[in-house]
Amino acid sequence: MSISLKVNGTTHSVPAEPDTPLLYVLRNDLALNGAKFGCGLAQCGACTVLVDGQPVRSCVTPAGTLGSSEITTIEGLGTIAQPHPLQKAFMDEQAAQCGYCIAGMMMTAKSLLDSNPHPSEAQVRDALSANLCRCGTHNRIVRAVLRAANSNGRT
Amino acid sequence: MNAPMISRRTFTAGMGAIVVAFSLDPGTAVAQQARAKLPGSLDKNRMLDAWIRIDRDGSATVFTGKVELGQGIVTALAQIAAEELDLPLARVHMISGDTARTPNEGVTSGSQSIEYGGTALRLAAAEVRSILIAAAAQKLAAAPDTLKVADGTISAADGRKVTYGEIAGAIDLKREASGKVAPKPASTHTIVGTPVRRLDIPNKVTGGAAYVQDMRPAGMLHGRVVRPPRYASTLIDVDQPSVKGMPGVVAVVRDGSFLGVVAEREEQAIAARAALIKSAKWTLGPALPDPDKIYDYLLSLPAEAKVVSEKPAAEPAAPGADHKVIEATYRRPYMAHASIGPSCALAQVDGGKLTVWTHSQGVFPLRGNLAVGLGMKDDDVRCVHVEGSGCYGHNGADDVALDAALLARAVPGRPVKVQWMRDDEFGWEPFGSAMVMRAKATLGGGRIVDWNYEVFSNTHSMRPSEPGGVNLLAAWSLADSKKPAAPRSIPQPAGGGDRNAVPLYDFPSQRVVNHLITAMPLRVSALRTLGAYANVFALESFLDELALAANADPVAFRLAHLRDPRGRAVIEAVAKKAGWQADQRGGDGKGRGIGFAKYKNLSTYVAVIADVEVDRASGVVRVPRAVAAVDAGQIINPNGLMNQIEGGIIQSTSWTLKEQVRFTPDGITSRDWESYPILTMPEVPHVEVELIDRPTERSLGAGEAAQGPTVAAIANAFAHATGRRLRDLPLGPARVKAALG
Repeated sequence: MSISLKVNGTTHSVPAEPDTPLLYVLRNDLALNGAKFGCGLAQCGACTVLVDGQPVRSCVTPAGTLGSSEITTIEGLGTIAQPHPLQKAFMDEQAAQCGYCIAGMMMTAKSLLDSNPHPSEAQVRDALSANLCRCGTHNRIVRAVLRAANSNGRT
Repeated sequence: MNAPMISRRTFTAGMGAIVVAFSLDPGTAVAQQARAKLPGSLDKNRMLDAWIRIDRDGSATVFTGKVELGQGIVTALAQIAAEELDLPLARVHMISGDTARTPNEGVTSGSQSIEYGGTALRLAAAEVRSILIAAAAQKLAAAPDTLKVADGTISAADGRKVTYGEIAGAIDLKREASGKVAPKPASTHTIVGTPVRRLDIPNKVTGGAAYVQDMRPAGMLHGRVVRPPRYASTLIDVDQPSVKGMPGVVAVVRDGSFLGVVAEREEQAIAARAALIKSAKWTLGPALPDPDKIYDYLLSLPAEAKVVSEKPAAEPAAPGADHKVIEATYRRPYMAHASIGPSCALAQVDGGKLTVWTHSQGVFPLRGNLAVGLGMKDDDVRCVHVEGSGCYGHNGADDVALDAALLARAVPGRPVKVQWMRDDEFGWEPFGSAMVMRAKATLGGGRIVDWNYEVFSNTHSMRPSEPGGVNLLAAWSLADSKKPAAPRSIPQPAGGGDRNAVPLYDFPSQRVVNHLITAMPLRVSALRTLGAYANVFALESFLDELALAANADPVAFRLAHLRDPRGRAVIEAVAKKAGWQADQRGGDGKGRGIGFAKYKNLSTYVAVIADVEVDRASGVVRVPRAVAAVDAGQIINPNGLMNQIEGGIIQSTSWTLKEQVRFTPDGITSRDWESYPILTMPEVPHVEVELIDRPTERSLGAGEAAQGPTVAAIANAFAHATGRRLRDLPLGPARVKAALG
């Protein structure tokens, strides 16, 4: 079997069964590191990616159901040399400890900022309420999202 | 930092450096001599080239046995080396935690990396710099003390210059460190003490390869393991052939009661694991204790008692009319590390040699345990650290390394990556022990005149570094099974279950007893702070109870019993920063409290003031704000230190309000984030931290310094808010509602 997926603007054909969770296709077939396995139960948010702009838990999303949807991962935002405003803000705020949750946090935040470019702090916290962080980096993450929102406003 | 990639190059130590065959052991010639003790980790790793190599391009390769766990340690160590070598940070390349390449610095734990690893690197780098200057002096025919060093270039007064790269070939670092070259005075530092950016963060926010989970060498297979229903279950039967026939399955591995599967694709390994779980028949083994009576049960078990502090009264106070004896018992439940990413390892067996890429905190102890567990020689096993998800102590990192090795052994030549599933991690990680703390004190004249404290706990270290056994899960269930080490308590002054059990306060008489409960009904080991979280909770809660009985302000009461000037300074600083008022009334569900400790009584000083809000109807406790003052001696990286303290406060708030491992006699029932909830983004307190820099004092570790003071501050704030004292953790809704009636 093979399935076709559009990830970060490029269409890929991968040799996976349609019921394969998107997470494993992204990580293993496409060698994209951003989305992480955290629970496989849609409880922690470490695997969050965007499907047509909406945050989804890739650990429970069958890859074969996505058709021609646009899938965006953290790798689709920017690079170290040319970071997306969110990536730059996370670096500027040093908003990571172990960092395992961070890509999921950023993709959820991306979805928030796309629909609400200037959220309040409470709105940021609320939007990230289902993304778990264990190191206690929460407040830096919130500051980074607000910083990215401000930088958006200036450009 | 070790990039999570495999290439042939990672198997050779070459890297184009001048010193290729580097020395991890001082060799027999010096070993015969009586050796002076050297500071920090230098004492056991005495050769300069074990720490530092100067490369032909003028950069330095720095080797550390300490590893990155998300605490920023590799960046801080790079800062120290760059500072002493007079190199820009970008020209210092860090290699950490590799049994084939780096010094053996034991386990990265106990907030000791800056103190031990940092000290060693500082002295080694200062000495290497002096050797470079001596070589430059010869080349430039100038007196060494007339030379100036900047950015890896040594200049004579007349303007002639030589770079580190140009003289790298002329120096010999294969020599024992003297430990006698003085490092730079703090006043001249330009890299140490500055908030340089973490080296690991750019990859982490752009999807770069950052974790062992991100390794995928050519030909890699995926493994999963199947754990039994209970700790001592044994495997009776499993239908291996039908699982072997599932799509993509390469091997089903059974060895005694160890069961696992290797498949071409990850989802195939997961599906095969599910089929094995369905098919496997196990003996149940002994039931777990009744969770409702766990503390009584633990207290009924055999224990080794040891008096860890005793200070008889110089003049036993005659019981005066105003003498009052107060007693209280405090308890904390089993708690989980609960890493966001389940433990993971990559292993490859090739030509009788095993290589394991692991996020273990101690690659050398892990290697030793793997070798014994697998019946191999130490020299045939190499462990390389690659980051994983944050661990907060001894989680499944070491165990999964053996799992991966066992599965890799079934498919020689092929690398096998194993990641635990979420229920494996919660069900099988070693928890932080449940504990009981009994305190009794006498008040006289408004002061504490006598103090008695007893702590009852399982051990807080069943790491692979413990001698006399194999502390790896799978080793206990192999056909040729190995036994775990016997539990023991880490001695004072650091302590294990009794960490921070000895008060820093100056009481005229005191007695502190540590009871090491030797039977372990639930698997336990090191969780961040070991016993300190529970002991500081008990000690500082009890201090507030005594202050209340003495009708004293909690801050003033602490200061009245504390001479240590740095301890007083953090208490005074936090009180000022938080706007503490001695006569502030609590009640109406709002209150504030203070907690203080000097971690391990040896390390960083932290005082925390927390505000709480208690909703009587729901029983929910919120911590909207926490303020801290911190003295970690000389600060290496203020941003990194701040990050550790903020994280410690937030994690401790989560422990305190929510966390408790659930179990029944049938087994562990906390298996996911619904059955083991942690603090979420909207519930996290705002945190304000004041750092007190002491450039002339020793740098102290801070990763575990804030957790004890935080729980105490919250518990004291709860009492202030409600007038009721809760002595059992966590401060969850059911307990709060019951207390508030």
